[in-house]
Amino acid sequence: MAIKDEIRDAVKTAADTVQKIAEQAAEVITTATEVAKDVVSEVAKEMDAQAEQAAKEAKIITPKMAKIPEGPLEQKWTNYKNHQKLVNPANKRRLDIIVIGTGLAGASAAASLAEMGFNVLNFCIQDSPRRAHSIAAQGGINAAKNYQNDGDSVYRLYYDTIKGGDYRAREANVYRLAEVSNNIIDQCVAQGVPFAREYGGLLDNRSFGGAQVSRTFYAKGQTGQQLLLGAYSALSRQIGLGHVKMYTRHEMLDIVMIDGRARGIIARNLITGKIERFFGHAVVVGSGGYGNTFFLSTNAMASNGSAAMQMYRHGAYFANPCYAQIHPTCIPKHGDFQSKLTLMSESLRNDGRIWVPKKLEDAKRLQKGEIKGRDIPEEDRDYYLERRYPAFGNLVPRDVASRAAKERCDAGYGVNNTGLAVFLDFSDAIQRLGKDVVAQKYGNLFQMYEKIVDENPYENPMMIYPAIHYTMGGIWVDYELMTSIPGLFCIGEANFSDHGANRLGASALMQGLADGYFVLPYTIQNYLSDQIGVKRMSTDRPEFEEAEKRVQEKIDRLMKIQGKRSVDSIHKELGLIMWDFVGMGRTKEGLQEGMQKIKALKKEFWTNVYIPGTTDGLNVELEKALRLSDFLEIGYLMALDALNREESCGGHFREEYQTEEGEALRQDDKFSYAACWHYMGENQDPELIKEPLDYEFTERKTRNYKS
Amino acid sequence: MDKNINIKVRVWRQAGPKAKGYFETYELKNIFQGASFLEMMDILNEQLIAEHKDPIAFDHDCREGICGMCSMYVNGHPHGPDSAITTCQLHMRKFNDGETITVEPWRSHAFPVIKDLMVDRGAYDKIMQAGGFISVNTGGVPDANAIPIPKAKADEAMDAASCIGCGACAAACKNGSAMLFVAAKVSQLALLPQGKVEAAKRAKAMVAKMDELGFGNCTNTGACAAECPKSVSLTNIARLNREFLAAKFQD
Repeated sequence: MAIKDEIRDAVKTAADTVQKIAEQAAEVITTATEVAKDVVSEVAKEMDAQAEQAAKEAKIITPKMAKIPEGPLEQKWTNYKNHQKLVNPANKRRLDIIVIGTGLAGASAAASLAEMGFNVLNFCIQDSPRRAHSIAAQGGINAAKNYQNDGDSVYRLYYDTIKGGDYRAREANVYRLAEVSNNIIDQCVAQGVPFAREYGGLLDNRSFGGAQVSRTFYAKGQTGQQLLLGAYSALSRQIGLGHVKMYTRHEMLDIVMIDGRARGIIARNLITGKIERFFGHAVVVGSGGYGNTFFLSTNAMASNGSAAMQMYRHGAYFANPCYAQIHPTCIPKHGDFQSKLTLMSESLRNDGRIWVPKKLEDAKRLQKGEIKGRDIPEEDRDYYLERRYPAFGNLVPRDVASRAAKERCDAGYGVNNTGLAVFLDFSDAIQRLGKDVVAQKYGNLFQMYEKIVDENPYENPMMIYPAIHYTMGGIWVDYELMTSIPGLFCIGEANFSDHGANRLGASALMQGLADGYFVLPYTIQNYLSDQIGVKRMSTDRPEFEEAEKRVQEKIDRLMKIQGKRSVDSIHKELGLIMWDFVGMGRTKEGLQEGMQKIKALKKEFWTNVYIPGTTDGLNVELEKALRLSDFLEIGYLMALDALNREESCGGHFREEYQTEEGEALRQDDKFSYAACWHYMGENQDPELIKEPLDYEFTERKTRNYKS
Repeated sequence: MDKNINIKVRVWRQAGPKAKGYFETYELKNIFQGASFLEMMDILNEQLIAEHKDPIAFDHDCREGICGMCSMYVNGHPHGPDSAITTCQLHMRKFNDGETITVEPWRSHAFPVIKDLMVDRGAYDKIMQAGGFISVNTGGVPDANAIPIPKAKADEAMDAASCIGCGACAAACKNGSAMLFVAAKVSQLALLPQGKVEAAKRAKAMVAKMDELGFGNCTNTGACAAECPKSVSLTNIARLNREFLAAKFQD
């Protein structure tokens, strides 16, 4: 027994000792691990800081600076949402958000933010928030619903978008866009948007350029109108509830910065002429694109780039200004008095076939008006898109279709009196489907065409030619849609967006609504969560005073010129310079010449413009002059960026960089970056900051729509 | 074929909301008939600016017939003497050489003149704010295909929804009634299952707001639908009346 006890005791002591040692060891390990962790995190922090400093010095924006979340592509947005900071309901009421613009992005953001409980101030230059130019979008909106069971998926929509943009967009952003696309369709249907439906009562889809699936939802040829009216109805509800204060016929003329953050705006009441001040904890700009730099474009008359320039002048980067989309199917120009170019929806390319005559002599007779398109026999027609791009045919992306039209017209095959038009022919579709079906699908577009051109497109092929339509470039934003200025956000077409160097059809509506409904309302909270302690600031502060003074001085300076030329005459001249030198085919020499011409025109504007009337009360010429002063700067910036980008990609075509077959030739080794221009002062060239676009998840290929 | 014409334009000039208005006639030479009506107005304004005179204020924006901003009464018709178009889609080929064209602002009590041809249509926005929506917040909605909608209903809703809010209906109406505008929105939403839920409330709220804002009553003359640039049909007014009566009976 004794031995047994002794052994038992010995074993117990030994076990106790082992346990003690183990415990001590564990303690040591824990402490060591903690110390190591601290050291590692400190080192990592230091390295991050060093890396950021180094990146800043090298004028590089890293993925971290762009706030791109970690993780696999398909988990980034979910990860972000899971870890972002939120603002609680009681605090939301205390925060004011200024939203500029009431298009798809602006209206959907203003409505959604107000629904969440923020106090929103919304501004537009038109007489009603329902008029923003998103309303004119015709064809449709993309979403990865795969309702047609034709193999669509979020990944495929992502892939088509990034490929369509010629691999010049951020992977993470584009993937997020494709992810939220489906929510948009659900939201719009819930709002009462009357999308087209099939006889079974389910939603119909059509196909669009750059895709091999049918993923485009549409409401006749008025999809933009219906989506905007949906957002407008949500906005109206919030205005009625008092959660949004709406300021119509107000134009932002400057952003007010306090301690390095955007804290308000200066706006001109377009009716009274009064300059007014508004405070906001954050400012969101959804002011659209700058296509009207070209004077003639498919944009509305008042669409402008001034908000972008105001952000830019305060230090927000202007990214990829040279990426402008030229839409292939617009009604050709008919005279010097022309005020705008009318778009014919891309959806027409579903059923219409594009051609020019095969024989030069037929083209000459068309140009002289001796024959009509229908007089040319089938065998003498050159369906050049089907010939050059058998796989995609008439549904190649917009940039490809536009350049192909220019190529044919430059070679002398244009089909109208100016020689700058090609045919879009529905005779096959009418034979195949019947006139009624074609009328049902495209009736309002055909009517629009007939009213403008005075010719019946059911009987004679339409004539079309490319025109400036959309600007992919814009104000640089990080993953949170915040510009390089804290508290200043930019959404929709106004930001440099998710379209890279070229936007696919039906993707503008998708991006505008994605930003406004489903992205910004989340991401802005990550910023505002730090701002809950900031009290509303008085607009009597010196920062507001000074901003207003600067605006007033600019207006006074313009009014004092009293020269000889109308605003429009100078704007038209700028448009011609842009089209000739910064248009569809750009060269080094041409861009340099264009820049000189823009500089000279800027001087002409500032010394010889004539603005009638006074500054108090309505003065449309003054409004236009203020916008033109910014278009002159944007035009220059577009040319500068185009000159820097020595490659062809998407909407940017440098004639020096093309394949033997005349296709765009990218230089991925040199130009795989977003060019972010940083303002350095009046009359000085800006500095270039690069955001490298490293394709981590997608292999970059040469775009091929041939096979 | 389009050719160049010489015309006179008799335009309503009014310096401000309270100023006394008057007609002034301007001569224009060699206007190409392929030009749009608003391009003709641009040419006239360029001419006035060159003479250091005050250009004519008029609303316009998209110039493709969809934003609803342009708003002129041309030769006695809202949006001019052509059917199913806005003023920006009107072309000079509708006018003859030597013709005098009369241009006025919207003539309606509820749309006060701001300047010249520009009027304040804020009343339409206020009607929309009173009930022209479906009360859903962003997010948390069912799948878009969860509720099938018969194609005919969806198409009818789309036709009603094509209203551009330009104000031609109220301007054309001898009573200055906004019935067609209100009916278009009430119809669109009442036709869809999503909008059915608050259809009664909506009809009452929008009609009450319309009355409050000084729009006149509907006497079924049909001028609104005849002048509507988007051909919104009178049947929408019948549907509004039905919705409104049903709502009242429910009370």
